[in-house]
Amino acid sequence: MTDSKYFTTTKKGEIFELKAELNSDKKEKKKEAVKKVIASMTVGKDVSALFPDVVNCMQTDNLELKKLVYLYLMNYAKSQPDMAIMAVNTFVKDCEDANPLIRALAVRTMGCIRVDKITEYLCEPLRKCLKDEDPYVRKTAAVCVAKLHDINAQLVEDQGFLDTLKDLISDSNPMVVANAVAALSEIAESHPNSNLLDLNPQSINKLLTALNECTEWGQIFILDCLANYTPRDDRESQSICERVTPRLSHANSAVVLSAVKVLMKFMEMLPKDLDYYGTLLKKLAPPLVTLLSAEPELQYVALRNINLIVQKRPEILKHEMKVFFVKYNDPIYVKLEKLDIMIRLASQANIAQVLAELKEYATEVDVDFVRKAVRAIGRCAIKVEQSAERCVSTLLDLIQTKVNYVVQEAIVVIKDIFRKYPNKYESVIATLCENLDSLDEPEARAAMIWIVGEYAERIDNADELLESFLEGFHDESTQVQLQLLTAIVKLFLKKPTETQELVQQVLSLATQDSDNPDLRDRGYIYWRLLSTDPVAAKEVVLAEKPLISEETDLIEPTLLEELICHIGTLASVYHKPPSAFVEGSRGVMHKRLPARTGSGESTESPDVGTAAGGSAPEAAPSIIPSQGDLLGDLLNLDMAPPTTSGPPPPTTGMQMGGMDLLGGGLDSLLGGDLGGSPAMGAGFGAAPAVMPASLNAPVGGGLGDLFDLGGGVGMPMGAYIPPKIVWLPAMKAKGLEISGTFARRAGVIQMELILTNKAMSIMTDFAIQFNRNSFGLAPAGPLQVLTPLGPNQTIEVSLPLSTVGPVMKMDPLNNLQVAVKNNIDVFYFSCQYPISMLFVEDGKMERQVFLATWKDIPNDNESQFQIKDCHLNSDAASSKLQGSNIFTIAKRTVEGQDMLYMSIKLSNGIWVLAELRVQAGNPNYTMTTIRRSGS
Amino acid sequence: MIHSLFLVNSSGDIFLEKHWKSVVSRSVCDYFFEAQERASEPENVPPVIPTPHHYLISVLRHRIYFVAVIQSEVPPLFVIEFLHRVVDTFQDYFGVCTEAAIKDNVVVVYELLEEMLDNGFPLATESNILKELIKPPTILRTVVNTITGSTNVGEQLPTGQLSVVPWRRTGVKYTNNEAYFDVVEEIDAIIDKSGSTITAEIQGVIDACVKLTGMPDLTLSFMNPRLLDDVSFHPCVRFKRWEAERILSFIPPDGNFRLLSYHVSCQNLVAIPVYVKHNITFREGSSQGRFELTLGPKQTMGKGLEAVIISSQLPRGVLNTNLNPSQGTYNFDPVTKLLSWDVGKINPQKLPSLKGSMSLQAGASKPDENPTINIQFKIQQSALSGLKVNRLDMYGEKYKPFKGIKYMTKAGKFQVRT
Repeated sequence: MTDSKYFTTTKKGEIFELKAELNSDKKEKKKEAVKKVIASMTVGKDVSALFPDVVNCMQTDNLELKKLVYLYLMNYAKSQPDMAIMAVNTFVKDCEDANPLIRALAVRTMGCIRVDKITEYLCEPLRKCLKDEDPYVRKTAAVCVAKLHDINAQLVEDQGFLDTLKDLISDSNPMVVANAVAALSEIAESHPNSNLLDLNPQSINKLLTALNECTEWGQIFILDCLANYTPRDDRESQSICERVTPRLSHANSAVVLSAVKVLMKFMEMLPKDLDYYGTLLKKLAPPLVTLLSAEPELQYVALRNINLIVQKRPEILKHEMKVFFVKYNDPIYVKLEKLDIMIRLASQANIAQVLAELKEYATEVDVDFVRKAVRAIGRCAIKVEQSAERCVSTLLDLIQTKVNYVVQEAIVVIKDIFRKYPNKYESVIATLCENLDSLDEPEARAAMIWIVGEYAERIDNADELLESFLEGFHDESTQVQLQLLTAIVKLFLKKPTETQELVQQVLSLATQDSDNPDLRDRGYIYWRLLSTDPVAAKEVVLAEKPLISEETDLIEPTLLEELICHIGTLASVYHKPPSAFVEGSRGVMHKRLPARTGSGESTESPDVGTAAGGSAPEAAPSIIPSQGDLLGDLLNLDMAPPTTSGPPPPTTGMQMGGMDLLGGGLDSLLGGDLGGSPAMGAGFGAAPAVMPASLNAPVGGGLGDLFDLGGGVGMPMGAYIPPKIVWLPAMKAKGLEISGTFARRAGVIQMELILTNKAMSIMTDFAIQFNRNSFGLAPAGPLQVLTPLGPNQTIEVSLPLSTVGPVMKMDPLNNLQVAVKNNIDVFYFSCQYPISMLFVEDGKMERQVFLATWKDIPNDNESQFQIKDCHLNSDAASSKLQGSNIFTIAKRTVEGQDMLYMSIKLSNGIWVLAELRVQAGNPNYTMTTIRRSGS
Repeated sequence: MIHSLFLVNSSGDIFLEKHWKSVVSRSVCDYFFEAQERASEPENVPPVIPTPHHYLISVLRHRIYFVAVIQSEVPPLFVIEFLHRVVDTFQDYFGVCTEAAIKDNVVVVYELLEEMLDNGFPLATESNILKELIKPPTILRTVVNTITGSTNVGEQLPTGQLSVVPWRRTGVKYTNNEAYFDVVEEIDAIIDKSGSTITAEIQGVIDACVKLTGMPDLTLSFMNPRLLDDVSFHPCVRFKRWEAERILSFIPPDGNFRLLSYHVSCQNLVAIPVYVKHNITFREGSSQGRFELTLGPKQTMGKGLEAVIISSQLPRGVLNTNLNPSQGTYNFDPVTKLLSWDVGKINPQKLPSLKGSMSLQAGASKPDENPTINIQFKIQQSALSGLKVNRLDMYGEKYKPFKGIKYMTKAGKFQVRT
């Protein structure tokens, strides 16, 4: 007797029969009936009509029957919520059962019933089960919290289950720990910013201990959780690595790969000269190789990950080329992945072997695979220069086979080889031309046409060849049409006499008879070039081509780093960041590799652009406060800055402190000043009035840095220039990174930019624009980036600015919104300029005027504050400030205090007057400022 | 975590579905069927398939696709490993893992799946523990259950579930205490047409069948443990001890389990036990092709090659073959173009050969591809890598167990290019 009997039906109607049986008095019959119901359910039949009858069977001592009813409940409770309530009592009772198996079963099942009314009753039993004496019940309850969170997140938070769950991380039983981690990780996925898994060295230690003792699945959860931790230093990193390494020998491949992820990430932090670093590299290879002897599905996932690992750390597998050789009965998805990795590992040392293999693959049956193999040969040629000749001859051999798709694929790659090694292998052109007629794929045709056009001077019958393509011009794909157009123009420029007719023909085909705007435009451009200035045309069309890169299909470094942090996940299979495709993980935090401690590499996350400037001062113990801090300080500043109470801070590390506070002071001075003039944006005539404090925005992020006195007095004077910070991280701009600063040089405001291309392709056509801003800043000329920016190249440009652009008040006042365009896209960012940049050179007021003005301005416009811990005498301060166009008009000494009277004029004509009181021996300055709007 | 599971048979019908969270409509499998249609061979269906709202991760075992549906970021290997575990469990319970067996035991299957996964989190996947929770169906038990009305669901919490040795249940008793270990090595190799080795590697496993009373603590030591530099252990093996002393020390699970698998990589020299001389030629313009194959033993350490089977996928252009084996039987399927030759034992004095002609489609051009020859063989009483067990000791129990160790070498993916 087998269960297949449960599938048989009778004529009367299945449901009817079952109903009768379920209500039978005989236990045995009931059970059989429930089994029949379950059997129907498994194949997708709707048996929800039997709900009340099945639920009636729930109260039983028979565990199997109980389990079966539970199975049914989980499936159908949602469709019958009112009826499901009937089951609640039994659940609650079962949660108190003496048998832990039953307690666990009850709480587990209850969590699976996705009905609101039931979840209300679930809370109390769940709370009890989370503290149950039996670990089996506790671990089941931990998962139940995740279930409940999925149904009603608010309820879970309100009931404090999250805290209980966090406590379970310290449970004595490793299985409970593992499940708690798993549950928390799942909950955290829908709460990207919550601090659920707050990892610290203590909790990490607990996890590492549990790691050794829990089940394989638990190990996966714990390892994935560990991977999110960032160790404090390389020592901690090493000790975690040491405790994770044994997992590499686990039979479960998911455990192995999760361990690899942890190691790959934490390795970043280890100094490369450490012995342990080398040991770790060696230990990583064998488990990865072993993954390749597993079932094909596992191999596939492993290969996708190895692809990432090889790009990040090629040294791990550089000796393991042979394991990637393809077996003829591998599934196609494994073959293609292996091929990809073979090319990545190809080097001068193993190229002979690789080529022999690739040639072998090119004679296989599977068309996709053969194509990729041929293409791989071309990639080898481009990657390993020494092998280029051998690759070309291999490709020629393959062309001789006359297998149509092999020939076409070979021609496409030979084109790339020509690009990479110009004037080297042109002798093969004759052979290629023989195969012209057999090409039927657009890519191959386009490649061939390119070759003919490029080497037109060496091909006697180039015009005939191209003419033959021209006959069916309209039936060709756009790719071929464009290529044909260009090739014929090239030909014409090289052999003008005999091809005039041809070029006219193609130009008219492209411009008059085509609907394709790309083609038409290109046709017109050529036409006009040729008709106006043939010499220029020659320069343009026959210009030297930029080199093509050696590695193809490389993943962008920023993305690669993120993917390394996601080894073993779906993201690593698709080579896309998780945020790009996983549903339900809205706003996933971008994971980054940790920084190598002690090394000078800048590993600032570009996501925190504004704080990035802080990295430099941390390293150099003398100067500028981090801009982020400063901004934070400023945000709290009021119109009337608090006068300090209490003793001045101790004078150790004085300069830094001094800078910070002085900076803060000056900032708020000017902030208050500018903020107080609401008229500024609209027109400068209006009477000054006090601004509400809330608008007293922080102006001039690094303004205080005017007092960049680190070098002491006597240094060459000049306007203060804040250090360059990253304004636009590469992550946000498809590989273009922009950092920069503002400076005032010889009376001209300059925006100094560093553009870095972190993408794989060349960037050209840069342009810049500003949004309207508070002071009417606008570029005074175009952005001077003349040469294309190649991958990994950096260029410094400085852009002169004028202050005559359109005005709009920004918040904060010194905010500037910038758009930068290149051939890839348009990118937007905003930055803040130091207000000191706007101080003009003719800001020195006549003494009389100063005096009169000082008196004229109402007291409302006055603000006063202290600058602490600045160890300069008044003269030094005065000359320092003058470098930034803050002019000292007069100096007075009253009761041992130096009083400096100073004036500043802003580019929009606003005057600021200030009094700086310096008491000899007291590092605290008092500053009073007033301001008057300009005329 | 794992949301749902669908079992699909080779004709593309869903014959079982199980949902661990909310119910996912089976229409999600349409994406799988699409991929299946695109694939030229059943095994070429990609293991991970994205759909607009879910991901489908599938494995193909015993001509059944196990399709798992997931909705959030889950390590795919975790899902695949779990699916393998499901297949193993079914095989363990029902002897075979076929559609018929699953349908016959659908209720047990359902109970098992429910026990293995809770809300997508693995719960109990060790066969020892599962068997305590749900007793495997046997004819005797079925009869007894029918008569007495008892059930095959365990009423007690499995003892091993939370102990330090979750893989072993307590209170095991045997009248005959025995421990058998099989060292099985598979050699994967690619030999090029001139007979030189392109790559060769050994995948070895030590499978154990341990039936010992109580809580035995075993140690297994090797004569040449240095061979094992790339190993994966059953969780029962104490890793520290291995690291320090190169000794396997473990409390074994009860019954059959894989103690260890290892990999001897292609950087070590691997002995190739068999050679093939071949001459397969097609001439341009002729409708005949020549086929000659001779096999011989190479480095077999004095042990004979047995159960040798040759198979080869001949080019599509081959219509039929007319071959003459010196021993064994051969078969050519004109539809699939698969040639297979069951050679049997190789006698070094009289080498087996298969010679004759192939008839090709008249007028067709000469086939481009060269057939690859696949060889299967076995060598008893020898592990190709030379791995040898030194001794097996038992601590913790007083009785004397019966111990046995067997070696065997098999061909894995052993391919000769022509």
